[in-house]
Amino acid sequence: MNDAACECKQRFADPDDLAPLEVILERYGGEKGALIPLLQDVQDAYGYLHEKVMRALAKGAGYQLSQVYGVATFYTQFRLEPIGEHLVRVCHGTACHVAGAELISEEISNFLGIKDGQTTPDMKFTLESVMCVGACSLSPIMIVDEDTHGKLKPANVRKVIKRYQGNSGETEE
Amino acid sequence: MSGNGKTKLVLGYGTCGIAAGATAVKDALESELATGKYDAYLDIAGCMGFCFREPVVEVTGPDGRSIIYGDLTPKRVSQLLEAVAGGEVIEDWVVRRSDDPDAGEGDFLSNQHRIVLRNCGNINPESIEEYISAGGYDAARKALTSMAPEELIDEVGKSGIRGRGGAGFPTGTKWGFARKARGDQKYLVCNADEGDPGAFMDRSVLEGDPHAVIEGMIIAGYAIGATQSYIYCRAEYPLALKRLDIAIAACHEWGFLGKNIFGSDWDFEIKIKKGAGAFVCGEETALIASIEGKRGMPRPRPPFPANEGLWGKPTNINNVETLAAIPWIIANGGDKYAGVGTEKSKGTKVFCLAGKVRRSGLAEVPMGYTLRQVIFDVGGGVQAGKEFKAVQMGGPSGGCLPASLLDTLVDYDAITATGAIMGSGGMIVADSSTCMVDLARYFLSFTQEESCGKCVPCRIGTKRMLEILARICAGEGEPEDLERLEILAADIKAGSLCALGGTAPNPVLTTIKYFRNEYEDHILHRKCTAGVCPALITLRIQEDICTGCGACAKICPVEAISGEKKMPHSIDADVCIRCKLCLSRCPEEAIYAE
Repeated sequence: MNDAACECKQRFADPDDLAPLEVILERYGGEKGALIPLLQDVQDAYGYLHEKVMRALAKGAGYQLSQVYGVATFYTQFRLEPIGEHLVRVCHGTACHVAGAELISEEISNFLGIKDGQTTPDMKFTLESVMCVGACSLSPIMIVDEDTHGKLKPANVRKVIKRYQGNSGETEE
Repeated sequence: MSGNGKTKLVLGYGTCGIAAGATAVKDALESELATGKYDAYLDIAGCMGFCFREPVVEVTGPDGRSIIYGDLTPKRVSQLLEAVAGGEVIEDWVVRRSDDPDAGEGDFLSNQHRIVLRNCGNINPESIEEYISAGGYDAARKALTSMAPEELIDEVGKSGIRGRGGAGFPTGTKWGFARKARGDQKYLVCNADEGDPGAFMDRSVLEGDPHAVIEGMIIAGYAIGATQSYIYCRAEYPLALKRLDIAIAACHEWGFLGKNIFGSDWDFEIKIKKGAGAFVCGEETALIASIEGKRGMPRPRPPFPANEGLWGKPTNINNVETLAAIPWIIANGGDKYAGVGTEKSKGTKVFCLAGKVRRSGLAEVPMGYTLRQVIFDVGGGVQAGKEFKAVQMGGPSGGCLPASLLDTLVDYDAITATGAIMGSGGMIVADSSTCMVDLARYFLSFTQEESCGKCVPCRIGTKRMLEILARICAGEGEPEDLERLEILAADIKAGSLCALGGTAPNPVLTTIKYFRNEYEDHILHRKCTAGVCPALITLRIQEDICTGCGACAKICPVEAISGEKKMPHSIDADVCIRCKLCLSRCPEEAIYAE
């Protein structure tokens, strides 16, 4: 489990370290209406939007904290909680829905013991439902990290998830 | 294109192809070709439209004849290359051949009329040279160097093209408003926030032919007088964003963007704005708020964006598909475009066929085709063993149409008259295994989730409608529920500022209108005939098919299935939680829901 935590730190900046935020703030200077791209870059750097970082961003870019928080909670892309090592996104577009996406989500939920939007206690997996990813001909679909798995059946999703359970990503230890 | 005497291989390399494994096929092709054994070279293209056979590769011989092969895997690559080298054809993998284009599944393409998708799948979207050699940027050059803005607006007006994002407002008229608006700075926005679940044509165009959209924007910007523009694209479309970046950079190099483009005195810039995931941002005023960095909430109109849009300046917003058609219209003339289609709906429309249709993929058809032609002649009908039940058009804002309306024309007014809408182009086919009540519940849960919350009828009304639908699906519906749904629907439509709320009840209203019997089955008879709603089904094992392999008993989480080895098993309905895991596990398909 320590390994997993280490891994996280390598992937994303620590919310106590505001240096990456400074770089991002500099990138946008005083650009008008740049709050959304600012938050997108911050999330890329930190993995999620920590309260500390949002406060510093508001101060640094001249926004009210309520504005920043308002935008961060309006758009589904923004996360206020850290994510696990592997992000499992189950598509719930129309084609996937009629092909049984709910059963797929349910099966993963049962297997990992977490609900939609939650992360396993060991920080290995985060489960998310997403709207159409536009690969409707392969429905039902899930995307684990960057890999798309199509034409799923509830009975074989455990096998797919297990492939990611074994190793902790591409990097060694 | 294969004039150098070599065989050309073009791999469909859009999101759907990649999802189906095109990257591994590409690696295999590259390493085989690197051996030098074959007199062939590889290029990529965007989606060819044959999503149902991805990954696909088009093989064009030195004689110019081509064959599109589908269902490729890395293992099949060397076999394919050997066959190509030996002048043989692997019939089982053929999707379409140029010397017999209607044979097999080739008519998927032959029955289409491609204007917007003219280059998709034919050229490398990452190469501006290939776009130019296909006639690209001729229209923009002609527009900027020899036409007045008003002439362009007239030409687009003559074409009769209407906004392809869903609303169907005449594009020429819209440009005219923005042209006439007063302002020191005007803006053009390309709406690429394709949020309808089941719609992926904008993504396919951006991935397969980004220059067509950029060229359309250059023309539109010049016509309305905007030197600054934005493409507002979903962040969920990384490949489209990447290809746009490449295309915009190439345009700067070639002098098609920036200062004095095409040697004229006109300047034009495009900036990309990534959306952050909010369906309501497809609405114009919400989209503007989002570009300004705010919560994407709509505001009342007037003032319309044409007069007061982005940063309070005159702004014209067009959809991806509309803009991609513009260069063709300017190059070929508005009259030629208007020669295709019906009296009030001109040109073509791109649909995304998906769901229980045999051939899912991209279908661009002339307006005036019937839905039957789209679904059966192009789409090949319903998947084997099932019967057509409905087609869902227009996503969460649209409706479900039954078989009796299959002869409805693809025409804005004809489709609106049914209670559905043309929408952006999603076409999801439902068969006998799709529950229409559940489908209505699905769309309502989507709109309820995506409602921005500004208008009370939309925010709370959709929630109440969803609760009613959920209880009908749970077997707790009451006979009065249908009337309650209709009253709520009317209030939401009347009391919402934007189209999200204004159209949110459509999926419910059309299913009540055309599939009332299914609602009644759920409410009065506590039955879900499609076998979807868990509370209303019983899972059974067909004894004469069951081989007693025990796979179902093993996977059942509540031990509801029992039986002797190699003897037919049975399900204890009192214990069963109807999770349907057994259904997907049974190798004999002996388990069914009723």
